[in-house]
Amino acid sequence: MALDDQKRAFKYVGTTPNRPDGVDKVTGKAQYGADITAPGMLMGAVLRSPHPHARIVSIDTSAAEAMPGVRAVVTGKDFPAVEDQGFADIGETCMARDKVLYDGHPVAAIAATTPAIAKAAIRAIKVEYAPLPHVTDVDEAMLPDAPVVLEGRALEHVPAGMSQNVTNTCEFGHGDLEAGFTKADLILERSFKVGAAHQGYIEPNACMASYAADGRADLYCCTQGHFFVRAVCSALMGMEASQLRVTASEIGGGFGGKTTVFVEPVALMLSKKSGRPVKLVMTRDEVFKATGPTVHASVDCKIGMTKDGRITAGDMTLRYSGGAWPSGTIEMGAQAGFAAYDMPAVRTLGWTALTNRPKEISYRAPGAPQAVYAVESLIDEMCQQLGLDPVETRLKNAARKGTLSSYGVTFDDIGMVATLEAAKAHPHWSAPLGPNQGRGIAAGFWFNFGGNTCVSLNINADGTASVTEGNPDIGGSRASISLMAAEELGIPYDNIRTIVADTASLGYNDNTDGSRVTFAVGLATIKAARAAIKVMCDRAAAMWGIDAEAVEWIDGAAVPAGPNAGKFPPMSLAEIAAMSFQTGGPIAGHHEVNVDGAGVSFGVHICDVEVDPETGHTLVTRYTVAQDAGKAVHPTYVEGQMQGGAVQGIGWALNEEYIYGRDGRLQNAGFLDYRIPVASDLPKIDTVILEIPNPGHPYGVRGVGETPIVPPLAAVTNAVSRAIGKRMYQVPMSPPRIMTTIKGK
Amino acid sequence: MVKVRLWGTLRQWTDGQQDVDVEGQTFKQVLDNLSAAYPGLAPQIKRGVSLAVDGVIYRDAWFQPIAPGAEVVLMPFMKGG
Repeated sequence: MALDDQKRAFKYVGTTPNRPDGVDKVTGKAQYGADITAPGMLMGAVLRSPHPHARIVSIDTSAAEAMPGVRAVVTGKDFPAVEDQGFADIGETCMARDKVLYDGHPVAAIAATTPAIAKAAIRAIKVEYAPLPHVTDVDEAMLPDAPVVLEGRALEHVPAGMSQNVTNTCEFGHGDLEAGFTKADLILERSFKVGAAHQGYIEPNACMASYAADGRADLYCCTQGHFFVRAVCSALMGMEASQLRVTASEIGGGFGGKTTVFVEPVALMLSKKSGRPVKLVMTRDEVFKATGPTVHASVDCKIGMTKDGRITAGDMTLRYSGGAWPSGTIEMGAQAGFAAYDMPAVRTLGWTALTNRPKEISYRAPGAPQAVYAVESLIDEMCQQLGLDPVETRLKNAARKGTLSSYGVTFDDIGMVATLEAAKAHPHWSAPLGPNQGRGIAAGFWFNFGGNTCVSLNINADGTASVTEGNPDIGGSRASISLMAAEELGIPYDNIRTIVADTASLGYNDNTDGSRVTFAVGLATIKAARAAIKVMCDRAAAMWGIDAEAVEWIDGAAVPAGPNAGKFPPMSLAEIAAMSFQTGGPIAGHHEVNVDGAGVSFGVHICDVEVDPETGHTLVTRYTVAQDAGKAVHPTYVEGQMQGGAVQGIGWALNEEYIYGRDGRLQNAGFLDYRIPVASDLPKIDTVILEIPNPGHPYGVRGVGETPIVPPLAAVTNAVSRAIGKRMYQVPMSPPRIMTTIKGK
Repeated sequence: MVKVRLWGTLRQWTDGQQDVDVEGQTFKQVLDNLSAAYPGLAPQIKRGVSLAVDGVIYRDAWFQPIAPGAEVVLMPFMKGG
């Protein structure tokens, strides 16, 4: 669906009305995953492996089953085998079968009448393990003699003779690397490490399942995609999708981390075996140990540059591990790494290896921050060595319309140059710095996606409208969707209510991910509204006794199209709706589509830090984000996405990391030891929203949710490196790591 | 005839060629003909791929027309967070 008109004047889109979920959330009425209850409900608890890698010899649940109040026990043997490998892998993350593959891997679950009984029963289960050698580091996992996590999972294009942990490889690029490096005046090659970060959502994963004796089931859960939950859970339970209705609760953050299931199939099986509703709520310890963080990464990056700052070639090798199961995230990182630049010669080579860690799941722009961190850090170091301005250098090399991207596609209209110019023009860029302070800048890129989407828009008899969509609202989408419906229908925002329907009420909707909802659901909403408008124009034409083609829709009313159509006063939406029962029945519009045409997005971040040379503590003193939103439908929400992504990236850059001991166990499974930034750690994040319309959306919308986490790792690194006068090559830059670099060790 | 640019890893299935010519006027026809002409690509195509046509990334869009002369780039199946 193409862009309508770049000069269109919007009435509602671009305004910032109050969020429709605000009152419920600030008054505590909003129902999150753990808030759902049912009569007779049992409480679930999960037994998890203390070993990073072990064979399960036996599980004795007899003592637990004999305890008063215990109603059901579940192990891996209760789940039928699943043919689909992707679903089977997800199922095994929820409940181990023959082997445990990471510290925290579930091995059994209990449903009991109280949480205390469930916990006591968990302790009564006896599991005999045969521990196996483990590996938790990607570089070690790729060594030929590394302990093998899973056998036989390498894709067909992985070269023979490598460790069986290596499951995937990919290569992207174009041009003559050797010739490119020959033209360079400076060639630098550096190695980087990126820790695995958790999405850090505040609401733990939670669900309530109710499996009836007739084989039908209801599941309530906090998720980014209840249709996907239905697909996975129905497959793992061996039931038909139509018999499982999934309802998404309000969601306390996801950021990609709730695009899969961890407890839902277990709760369903416990409910099936007990005949009672079962609630399962993860503790924070369980969330850290057993829900997916990002990949962790090891990167070698080499760039050639002329004295005046032209990049002549870039070559990068990425090694990612997404835990104990194969992961495709490497392909995203390998494509995104150099995408912001116009490169005559470029290559990215990616590898994925299995480690004894939990299964990775998406986190905003999965795979891109790790790769872009290396590129943007190295460019900054080269600018320092050559005495070049880092913004001007990036402008000189920036991708623009007509650039052959590093992943093979020729760019259309994009915002890389505009975001760089915005950063350059921002007062932040030229503000003075004090002692021990440094300023870093970095660019970032993300693809954005569309996907399967269904929207139903009903015109109510009182002249209001209801929009029914199927994507959990994690970033304000109900407001944005209502705004786009208001824009099309020509009625006030407050006259529209958008709800997120359950899986029985709409066709399949892809997850709320890929920065897709405002783009794709918005597009479907616009089409649904236009379908409803067509019906309303037909009704007006019938009432006027003129041809339907002679009626058009202007500012919320049907009007005769031109003088030859007849002289009739405009007939408002409310008037047409009020007569809908007499003129043919209820009025609605629908649209079902698999949307493509999402526009890529660029962002540029500026970061100031002050580093304490005595302790290595880093304080972010100023931070600015410039990003292309295509069209900001609700600018406050857009700003929130940009600020939120930046904050999460700052946390990753400075503090956040999964730390495994030599015993292969996670050492910091809690917010005290895995420290995310809080408000008092941060300055106000300033934002500059740019609007370079996406040709693939009627209003020009691009996704905004993921790009802002891409630049911060390098922006903060470049600021810290300049502040301390030495380069940092690993994130997070914890105080001990900074002190080690300062002391030159 | 459509020229399809492959990502580097897949060259091992196309005798080292990064650009291959196949018949096809739609997304699905191009992928089907790619699998037929280069069977080594079939497992990857079956697992899932995207096609970028003149800069727009399509996923699962079987009937998306592809004009002769269009820039067509085979990409992994793309997903986000």
